Amino acid sequence: MSGGDLREIRSSDDVVRVRQEVRARAQALGFSLVDQTKIVTAASELARNTLDYGGGGTVRLIELRNGARTGLRLEFEDQGPGIPDTEQALRDGFTSGRGLGLGLGGARRLSNEFELVSQLGQGTRVSITRWK
Amino acid sequence: MSDTEVAARLLAEGEVEIIAEWLRLQETEGGGGSGRISSAELRVQCDRFLALLRRGLNQGAETAQDAAFAELRDMLRDLSRSRAIQGFTPTETASFIFSLKEVTFRLLQKDVGAAWALNRLLDAFGLYTFESYQRAREEVIARQQREITELSTPVVKLWDSVLALPLIGTLDSERTQVVMENLLQNIVDLNAEIAIIDITGVPTVDTLVAQHLLKTIAAARLMGADCIISGIRPQIAQTMVHLGVDLNVVTKASLADAFALALRRVGQSVTRVVPAARAGA
Repeated sequence: MSGGDLREIRSSDDVVRVRQEVRARAQALGFSLVDQTKIVTAASELARNTLDYGGGGTVRLIELRNGARTGLRLEFEDQGPGIPDTEQALRDGFTSGRGLGLGLGGARRLSNEFELVSQLGQGTRVSITRWK
Repeated sequence: MSDTEVAARLLAEGEVEIIAEWLRLQETEGGGGSGRISSAELRVQCDRFLALLRRGLNQGAETAQDAAFAELRDMLRDLSRSRAIQGFTPTETASFIFSLKEVTFRLLQKDVGAAWALNRLLDAFGLYTFESYQRAREEVIARQQREITELSTPVVKLWDSVLALPLIGTLDSERTQVVMENLLQNIVDLNAEIAIIDITGVPTVDTLVAQHLLKTIAAARLMGADCIISGIRPQIAQTMVHLGVDLNVVTKASLADAFALALRRVGQSVTRVVPAARAGA
C-alpha cells in the first residue's frame, strides 16, 4: 500500500508527535470527539508497541474518501522480532513485556477495521481504520 | 616574518575598508539587516573581533584553539549565545564570520601564505560559532524541560488530609516518575488520607497512562491514603471501556464531585450559610 504520509517512530517523543498528528488529522476530517479520542488512543498504543517491541519503525497516515464515507487509516510497520502467536498477543492481559497487556486488543476494539500481520524475524505490520 | 604576522599587518593596513565591506555584506546577507541588532552594536562587535584577531595573530597563534585566542573565543561564544536567544538562525549567526572570509579573500593577491592562514582560522572560528549557537539552544531546551517538569506537577492541599494532584499533559515520559514521587512525598508530609488525582488536563489516556495511574494508586494505598480519580471526560470514559482498563478505584466526573466525596469521607461537610435577615423574613 502506498500513498499517505510516512512518519518515523524512533523515540518516545515520536509517539507523542504521532498522537498529535493523528488528532489533528481526525479533527480536520470532522471526526466526533469520541471518534477522535478512540483513534488517537489506538494510535498511541500501536506506536508504543512499534517502539518498545518492534525496536522502532514507521507509521503511514492515509486519509480515506470512499464515496460519502471518510476515514483515517494508520499502518504501523517495524522490522523487529515479530510476534510468535498473534492470537495470544491479542488476548487481554497477555504481555511479553511489562505492560498491562491490553494495548493490542484495545486498539482492535477502538478501530472499525484491524489487520495484524507478523513474520518471525521479519517484523510486524498493524493496520487500523476508523470511519467517521 | 611569519604568515600570521603578515596577516595581522595586512588586516591592520586595510582595516577601514575591511570593516566597511564586512558591515555591508552582513547587512545585505546576514542577520545584521533584520533590525534585531543595531548597526552601531554590530560595528562594535566587528571592531572588537578584528582587534582580538590581530592580537592573536601577532602572538603567532596558528590554530583557533591557541591560548592567544582565548578572549576571541569567549567573545564569539557570547555573541552566538545572545544571537541564539534573539532568534537568529544558525546561518545568520555564522555569517558574522563567514562574510569576513569573503572580504579577506582579497588579501590573496598580496600574500598567499597569510591569506591561507587567515582562511583556515576563520573557518575554525565559523564552526566555533555554530557549536556555541547549538550549545546555547540546547541549554534553553534543557531549562525549559526542567521548568515544564516542575510546573506541571503541583500537589495542592484542599483540606486537612485531602490532597489534589491536577495532572496536565503527556504522562508517558519521565515526568510521571516525578509526579508519583511528588504525590507520595506530600501524602507523608501532610498526613493525607485522601488524594484526588484529576486527569482533566490529560489529552490521551492509553494503557501506559492507566498503568502509571494504577501504580500510583497502589503505592498511595500502601501508605494509607485512598485515591479518587476525577476529570474523566465522556470520550475518555468510552475509550477506557474499549481498552478494557479497570482502574479499580472510585472515579468522579469532576473535581468538585471528588472533593465533596472526600469531605464526606473525612467527616466534614459544606453547608449553605443562610443570612440572618432573610432567615427571619
